[in-house]
Amino acid sequence: MDSAKTAALRGIIAKARRYDMFVSALGLLFLSFGIFVLAALFIDMAITGFGRINADFFTNFPSRRPAEAGILSSWVGSLLVMFVTASVAVPLGIAGAIYLEEYARKNTFTAIIEINITNLAGVPSIIYGLLALGLFVYTFKLGQSILTAGLTLGLLILPIVITATREALRAIPQHIREAAYACGASQWQVVSDHLLKYSTPGILTGVIIGMSRAIGETAPIITIGALTFIAFLPPAPGQLNIETGQPAGLFDWLFSPFTVMPIQIFNWTSRPDPRFHENAAAASFVLVFMTLSMNALAIWLRYRLRKNIKW
Amino acid sequence: MPSIITLPQNPPPMKAEAKNLSFFYGDFKALKGVNMPVYENKVTALIGPSGCGKSTLLRCFNRMHDLYPGHRYDGAINLMPDGVDILHKDVDPIEVRMRISMVFQKPNPFPKSIFENVAYGLKVRGEKNRSVLDDKVEAALKGAALWNEAKDRLNELAVNLSGGQQQRLCIARALATEPEIILFDEPTSALDPIATGSIEELIGEIKHKVSVLIVTHNMQQAARVSDYTAYMYLGEMMEYGETNDIFMKPKRKETEDYITGRFG
Repeated sequence: MDSAKTAALRGIIAKARRYDMFVSALGLLFLSFGIFVLAALFIDMAITGFGRINADFFTNFPSRRPAEAGILSSWVGSLLVMFVTASVAVPLGIAGAIYLEEYARKNTFTAIIEINITNLAGVPSIIYGLLALGLFVYTFKLGQSILTAGLTLGLLILPIVITATREALRAIPQHIREAAYACGASQWQVVSDHLLKYSTPGILTGVIIGMSRAIGETAPIITIGALTFIAFLPPAPGQLNIETGQPAGLFDWLFSPFTVMPIQIFNWTSRPDPRFHENAAAASFVLVFMTLSMNALAIWLRYRLRKNIKW
Repeated sequence: MPSIITLPQNPPPMKAEAKNLSFFYGDFKALKGVNMPVYENKVTALIGPSGCGKSTLLRCFNRMHDLYPGHRYDGAINLMPDGVDILHKDVDPIEVRMRISMVFQKPNPFPKSIFENVAYGLKVRGEKNRSVLDDKVEAALKGAALWNEAKDRLNELAVNLSGGQQQRLCIARALATEPEIILFDEPTSALDPIATGSIEELIGEIKHKVSVLIVTHNMQQAARVSDYTAYMYLGEMMEYGETNDIFMKPKRKETEDYITGRFG
């Protein structure tokens, strides 16, 4: 190759390289903008609220006096609602995904179900709240309770759990299924001995992502009528009722009124006294921390479990 | 084209027999009226160019096709000594797979321990007695020439074994349940020559206990390991006979062309 050709070639390569540089610089700029905004919000929230975070903040009920107000009823409420949500969404979601992916024949009926699941994931959460108000509160008379909230949020994250489980099942190579069938396994044995075990990391990730979404949901919880000011805890099983003197049943807490973290934050933010805004910032910090720890747990679990699954 | 089937003069006992077997994927006829015997404690090799239907025929023997929609069997495979037609719709494919096990093209151990892999077939047969499991797993691993390498790491993950060891583990898994026939679907195509040699040696060993049906792309392999060879082409059984005859004096021009490498 003569030197003129080499020079022309180098010119073309240099141009291509300049594009590479430009695109990576642009990407970095946009990325840092996003991270910067997030970090600024988080740091502002931390600075405003950090002074309020102490043991009393977690053990006090909300109060008219901002310095004494705490998040006891709301973090307990969030925890209990999350428990009901997981109890609803996890078995239903996994069972639905296994049916769709492993048992159902591919026909128009299953295609319609699939499209609906995808669409459900995009329905605004307030719609779930309205559905729950009509169905759980008015029709089934479950009240404005922890049970209603858990069922509502369970429905809300069901598509997330189903989709994650299906992806995890699809990632299992067909030759693993064939190997199990060739040993004489029945379909349920293939599912329970193999597919469920190998898809656990993916399912867990989906469940925790769904739960992280549910813990921050406000609109559907307000719609079903959660209270904004709650100065008592749901009755623990066996706890004596002060008015009646009767011990609470095992499941009485399910039907108790409640509040959750996002509602408490909303309530404090809407007050004029700026000291309540500090409380809101502190509660937000706790909520963000809860969400981030759930995500961290998901990442760690996925890493731990995937180490043992190779094809 | 009529198949040329040369049965041996003093045939050993029959283990299974495909009778006028046709198989359809949807509308596509992948097997066209195949007839073939499988003799007891002998190795039968299926050879032929890609797409000739040899794997399809093999997968009829354990009803693997039943896992996928759009399959249809026509004809019969009679399994001796009871003569049950394993393709009949009243015969549960699980029953067939409990009598006939399979080793696949790519080693496919479960992401479980070595012990659990070998014991899995026993587990689905309801075996729970730990000492029985221990004995049978040991016997199967010895039968697959893997015991010496695996005995100290039975609880380690099977996927950490080398490719050749993984395939021997899959053979142990297939042997553990004492099947009547083992199907091999190109068992060495993903392995290096040394691992291939040890698998071929193993097939020569296990035929004393079980009948073997093997699909292979490798003509030398068929010549080395098998007692009988079937040459297939476009879903038809072209020629069947003793391996020596098929390789030394094939009756058909097409068989000769394929074996000598002029075609395929």
